[in-house]
Amino acid sequence: MIIAVASGKGGTGKTLVTTALALSAGECTYIDLDVEEPNGAIFLKPDIREEIAYTVPVPVIDKDKCTFCGACARACVYHALVVIPISRSTVVFPELCHSCGVCGFVCPVEGAVRETHREIGKIRKGNRGSIQFIEGRLNIGQPSAVPLISGITSNYITGENGRLYLLDSSPGTACPVVETLKNSDYVLLVTEPTPFGLNDLELAVELVRDMGKKAGIIINKDDERQTLIDDFCRRVQLPILLRIPYSLEIQEAYSRGIPLTEVRPVMKTQLKDLMGRITDGRW
Amino acid sequence: MEMKDIKEIVVISGKGGAGKTTITASLADMIPGKIIVDADVDAADLYILLKPEKIRGTTFTGKGVAVIDNERCISCRRCLEMCRFHAIVVNGEKYRVDEFSCEGCTLCRLACPVNAITMKERIIGEWYTSVTEWGDFVYARLKPGAENSGSLVAMVKRQAKLRAQEKNIDLLLIDGPPGIGCPVISAISGVNLAIIVTEPTYSGISDLERVFQLTTHFKIKSGIVINRFDINLENTKEIEDFARQNRAPVYAKIPHSDCIREAISQRDLPSRHCRQLAEPLVDLYEKIKTELEGI
Repeated sequence: MIIAVASGKGGTGKTLVTTALALSAGECTYIDLDVEEPNGAIFLKPDIREEIAYTVPVPVIDKDKCTFCGACARACVYHALVVIPISRSTVVFPELCHSCGVCGFVCPVEGAVRETHREIGKIRKGNRGSIQFIEGRLNIGQPSAVPLISGITSNYITGENGRLYLLDSSPGTACPVVETLKNSDYVLLVTEPTPFGLNDLELAVELVRDMGKKAGIIINKDDERQTLIDDFCRRVQLPILLRIPYSLEIQEAYSRGIPLTEVRPVMKTQLKDLMGRITDGRW
Repeated sequence: MEMKDIKEIVVISGKGGAGKTTITASLADMIPGKIIVDADVDAADLYILLKPEKIRGTTFTGKGVAVIDNERCISCRRCLEMCRFHAIVVNGEKYRVDEFSCEGCTLCRLACPVNAITMKERIIGEWYTSVTEWGDFVYARLKPGAENSGSLVAMVKRQAKLRAQEKNIDLLLIDGPPGIGCPVISAISGVNLAIIVTEPTYSGISDLERVFQLTTHFKIKSGIVINRFDINLENTKEIEDFARQNRAPVYAKIPHSDCIREAISQRDLPSRHCRQLAEPLVDLYEKIKTELEGI
């Protein structure tokens, strides 16, 4: 079972919820896929045992073989290559490269385009008790989170029978979120009862519906006077699975990296039950 | 007509929910003569507070998406084997493209031996020009799940600049996206000043450090706003130490106040709604003004 935790709006409590789920689950794999700003380790405090440099293929041009015909630059839709015949140079902009392989495919000269490995981030692995911890951490200045996310999900989600995977997503509804949700069986959307929370939740719901994913809602910083999320959920027929009260105590604990399950131990049972219902297909 | 040099301020945060939109909206309320831009295209919230009028939308197309003509397809598996994004899906004999995975590179089209693959235009969003009480406002909406948010951010900024030139305005106030990836890089590219909003939480500090490294990497001048500074004074001190060590100014410390939440719930600007915030916000505005005069 793969449960992804996403939100649309940032700062609604994805990491707060995902780490609390992991700490309530017993045995599971927690994967921090908010690779631009990973914070799960702050709450789970894992023993990191391994750090792997994650690389993607990018082209290198063999100057002796290149005829500067420009075929690669014309074919690259990402404008990651520029050929200047007059100065006999072909320049690669690795940050723009999507590693698609088109340049090598269209090059008429055997061996003029080779591929080398470029590091875009780190994968860190460790444990906290029975929780297996995996985190992606994008290198600063690297624009695309997607290859690192897909590298982690394809290598570490083995689909082992019955194992629970909890994926902590990045905010928004753009490509890194799509990459995270792609492999999930269920999506938990964490929101807050404000017009910003609602606006971004609507977008997130549109995304999960487009992707054909099952989803449920968690309201964080819940305030019974604000019913806009409840009204929306009723309208689009999505279940509200959990409410986390608006509480300065929780926020203060959050500020020091203390997991929700330590401030509100009673929530452990609720969270365990929630995961049980998702796994059983009751939600 | 002589073109004015357009200055750009962007509000970013690394961590989502730190208060970018609150700060941007409040600055929009105080800074005269600017174009307001929402560059957080996949969670654009500023319009909720600014209540734009005279909205004109234009669709934005991204990279194409591959389409397989099943009449022509001979099921040779060539596309399937070559696509590095695993975007080709086979269902029995039928080949199709998973639009969420296709990055539009065209390799499958080039490799197909029977020309069964074409590229179809893909609308990835819409950008809008509008008018608000606080000035012209340019924003966008990325289609949920779309690629190329960075290029839509670039488009929104380009349109805002054109508008600024038309109206002889020399300042863009940009609400940026969270994170450190392509939309953020696009939002901060070419700006004169980045205001980094953070909160005194361990997560906030970690994200501040990463986004500060990003602005440093791109040699962009930046300063810090500590939002809800009083929820953890120890962490606030740590942020101030970080700022000092990195020679980054702390422009303002905004206290925690339920009033901000209330203002947003009533779709009002925090600077208008919350008297208790007047002092730190005016202070922030004064510092930004001085900073801009020096650029």
